[in-house]
Amino acid sequence: MRVIVAENLTKRFGHFTAVDSASFQVGQGEIFGFLGANGAGKTTAMRMLCGLSKPSSGRGTVAGFDIERKPEKVKASIGYMSQKFALYEDLTVRENIRLYAGIYGVPGKLIAPRTDDLLRRLGFREERNTLVKALPLGWKQKLAFSVAIFHDPKVVFLDEPTGGVDPAARRQFWEMIYEAAHGGITAFVTTHYMDEAEYCDRVSIMVDGRIEALDTPQNLKARYGSESMDQVFTQLARKATREVE
Amino acid sequence: MVEVLGVRKNYGKVRALEDISFQVGRGEIFGIIGPDGAGKTTLFRILTTLLLADAGEARVDGFDVVKGYRDIRARVGYMPGKFSLYQDLTVQENLEFFATVFGTTIDANYHLIQDIYDQLKAFRNRRAGKLSGGMKQKLALCCALIHKPEVLFLDEPTTGVDPVSRKEFWEMLKRLKDQGITILVSTPYMDEAVLCDRIALIQRGRFLRIDSPRNLVAQYPVQLLSVRGPSMFTLLRELRMIRGIRSCYAFGDSHHVAVDDPLLGAETLSGKLLALGHEGVEVKRIQANVEDCFMDLSSMEQSSKELSSTGAVS
Repeated sequence: MRVIVAENLTKRFGHFTAVDSASFQVGQGEIFGFLGANGAGKTTAMRMLCGLSKPSSGRGTVAGFDIERKPEKVKASIGYMSQKFALYEDLTVRENIRLYAGIYGVPGKLIAPRTDDLLRRLGFREERNTLVKALPLGWKQKLAFSVAIFHDPKVVFLDEPTGGVDPAARRQFWEMIYEAAHGGITAFVTTHYMDEAEYCDRVSIMVDGRIEALDTPQNLKARYGSESMDQVFTQLARKATREVE
Repeated sequence: MVEVLGVRKNYGKVRALEDISFQVGRGEIFGIIGPDGAGKTTLFRILTTLLLADAGEARVDGFDVVKGYRDIRARVGYMPGKFSLYQDLTVQENLEFFATVFGTTIDANYHLIQDIYDQLKAFRNRRAGKLSGGMKQKLALCCALIHKPEVLFLDEPTTGVDPVSRKEFWEMLKRLKDQGITILVSTPYMDEAVLCDRIALIQRGRFLRIDSPRNLVAQYPVQLLSVRGPSMFTLLRELRMIRGIRSCYAFGDSHHVAVDDPLLGAETLSGKLLALGHEGVEVKRIQANVEDCFMDLSSMEQSSKELSSTGAVS
């Protein structure tokens, strides 16, 4: 099943083409790495797929809904987490869960049992009334991810979810992504850690607004004669010519 | 150039820095490597005289951070983690502003910033707030250099920056080092550690180890194996249950397995995995990298802390 479909997706700001005719499809339960240098157009593309920005041309569907005509349906079918903002620091662990569950329309009677289950699995029961700002960063990231998939979305968009997290926590975080994908949730991930690109089922690399490469990490390494995704990325990203905002 | 002895800093009950001591020599690139919240910024703010330590002493270029703060401020360049330029001033105006504040001119030290500024010239009339992330970072570095500092403090200059721009940034640092500037740089990216002369691994306000990257990896305490196979996720879980394995972490396209049991070598392990039904698995002995060392040192520290808090260590 195709959970994300992009066909010639394009976004122009004045004379500047931020995303230039991007086409790709992502299947259910797939971990899809969305790579690119700063300014390559990743955020703009992701905003369109989340129903936050309308394409200038081309089309896309997420969870079966057209991103231009049904953006509200798209928003209800996805989860989103970014390193920059994910949780309310001045609310407790439990309050954050309650807030997001409400925003995403999780039925009232499901909230309490799912919250208990979540706190138990994360080992956060003792911390349920702790303010989020008092948690270590690695814990926050785990909680933010759990909150982003609390309403059991079709797709979760993860925008540099592991920036600055310690190496052990970064890996535990990826194990959570694996588990969610195993349970059928599609993960659409951006990252600047090239070892994380290797954990993805498939990876696309964006250069100057265009998708320059899209394949499994293994095939990409073979095609570009590289030993690591870092080398593949460097070869492609060095082709960039445009200077962006 | 930098001497730190027994520095501590608490924020209320939070111990941000505990008994930090180290020295950095002239022309050295010294990396402080650790995750967010480990205390990197607190340490930089103490050394740049913006924050007072609770205890301990620190000197920068021979001046005490408390008594000699004015001298230090004239001699160091500081690039904070958060973008610190004036967003409403242009590239050129920002640079002129920083030069003027330090009583110098752009022309006087142009040689220091030339190769970095060349890449910015085309945008010199653009407001700093409108620059891309990589360009902002280059401008911030120019502004930190314009008064020809003896020591440069760079707090997470590459966080959130893509791998190609990060490489270019480190090439710039190498050239500054060649001009005799001492550089203290912090980063959460462990792969950047090998580009430093010496590094300190920091976690929860404590230095886990100070050494050259080469010595650090050479002292990795146990045998390390890399394991690669068709079903990586199940492999990871099952490896962790094998006796004699100290830790197992995913590392890109392979898993790194630290083995306590000296008899559990590559061949024995691949035999065990085959018996568990994993076919086509490749196991080989590898050299640890900085990230392996960090995880090992930090888990050792963690477990000794847990032991002492339960009273198991007398």
